[in-house]
Formats: sequence, C-alpha cells, structure tokens
Amino acid sequence: MDVLLFFVTAAVALVGAIAMLVSRNAVHSALFLLLNFGAMAVLYLLLQSPFLFTIQLTVYAGAIMVLFLFVVMLLGAEQVEDTPDRIAWQRPLGILLGVGLLGVAAAASLRGAAGQPAPGGEAAASFGNPAELGALLFTRYLLPFEITGVILLVAVVGVVVLNQRGRQQAPAKPPAGD
Amino acid sequence: MVPTAYYIILSAALFTIGVLGVLIRRNAIVVFMSVELMLNAANLALVAFARERLNVDGQVLVFFVITVAAAEVAVGLALLVAIFRTKNTADVDEVSTLKG
Repeated sequence: MDVLLFFVTAAVALVGAIAMLVSRNAVHSALFLLLNFGAMAVLYLLLQSPFLFTIQLTVYAGAIMVLFLFVVMLLGAEQVEDTPDRIAWQRPLGILLGVGLLGVAAAASLRGAAGQPAPGGEAAASFGNPAELGALLFTRYLLPFEITGVILLVAVVGVVVLNQRGRQQAPAKPPAGD
Repeated sequence: MVPTAYYIILSAALFTIGVLGVLIRRNAIVVFMSVELMLNAANLALVAFARERLNVDGQVLVFFVITVAAAEVAVGLALLVAIFRTKNTADVDEVSTLKG
C-alpha cells in the first residue's frame, strides 16, 4: 500500500515538475509547481513527518506560490520567450548536461543507499512526533532558530528598501565608485 | 515501507529538472521557480534520510531550509520587480549588463 501510494505521488510530482519546465505560460508553470509541492507534502506524510507536511502546505503551497502568482500577474510576464535564444546551442547543451547530472546523481544515490541497514524497532513507531521536533528546535538548535528570525527580518527590510519609490533623489546612497 | 533509495532517486530526478529549468528557461520567474524545485528536491532527500536513520535532526534542517527559502523568495521577487521596473522585461537574456 505504501509503495503504491509512493509511486502514484512520485508520478504526480514528476509530472508537475516536467510540466512546469515545458509550459510556455508562467502562470501555468506556477500552478504545475503548486501540484508538485502538494505531491511533496504527501511524500513527507509518507515519511512520517506530519509537521513538515503542514509547513510544506502552508509556507510553500500557500505563501510562496501565492507570491509567485502575484508577481507573475503584476508584471504581466506570462510570455517573454517568443524570441529565439541568443545562443543557439545553449538548449541542447543544457539538456545534455542535465541528463549527465541525472546519471551521476542516480549512480551516487544507488551507491550510497547500499550501506548498512536502517535501525528499526520501537523507535520507528514514535518517530516524527512534532513535539520532539519542537523540543529540539528550542534546545540544541536555538541559535540557528534565532538566526532565521534575523534572516526573516532582513528579508522584510530588504524588500521594503528594494521597492520604495520616490526617494531616488534623497542622499541615502553614498556616491561610491559611480 | 518504501526503500529510501526510491526517494533519493526521485529527489535526484526533481533536482535535475530544476537544473534544466535554470539552464533552459529564460523567463526569470520560471528560473526562480526552478530554484525552488531544487530546494524541494534537497528537502525530500533530507527527510528520507531522517526517516531511514530515525533522526529528527534532518527534519529540523528541512525546517530551516523552508524558512530561508521563504525569505529568499521574498527578496528575489522584489529584485525581479525592481529589474522589471527599470528594464521592462523578465527575460534573463536582456538583463546582461550589470548597469543600472
């Protein structure tokens, strides 16, 4: 049952990713990526990570994709790839390198997966409890947790600074090396 | 239980699709979406290994990755909007001068 569910979800994730890659309209790309994120959330649930399932749905599928769709529609940048590539050979070369990377990654993952067997037993039953994750987050990973707070604050300030209008003439920028 | 190798191969495939998106597509927003896809693929591998080793630390790392990705998307999209306002294009080929 688990394996069947995995294959169905993996197929959905792959279809979403490939459709994002090939669709010409950026809005369609964003919606296919949303499908992919949803499938990823189900995979997290299969891997006994209910907390990450929730985070994936709210942060990725909710907040981030809404931001993407908002910007695509705000800019009206749905189709900008009508003109041919400036470098004609860049697409076939990209595909070739991508296939090469897939080969290397698959070989490495198969090699790495052939290690010692995974631990099992009663620890497996209680694994992935959100309470355990939260306790770890506020004890051993307290400093990284606070740093993420600072990162989010910097991101907010950065977005405000990048998109402010009408203050271009103010002497905010030092005339360095212009 | 599904073997971890299946998850890792799926993760590798999704990562490759993301790399292809960055290499092939020229719409800056789609390039950015491909970066998000790569982050997600790495997250999937982390969660799969965390499940295999029964170690919650991998999940904590994924939590941090998602948080940083959210900040990155906010700043990146603000940059795209700023570029679009000055250059009036979202094509990465058109934005090649590094001048304002």
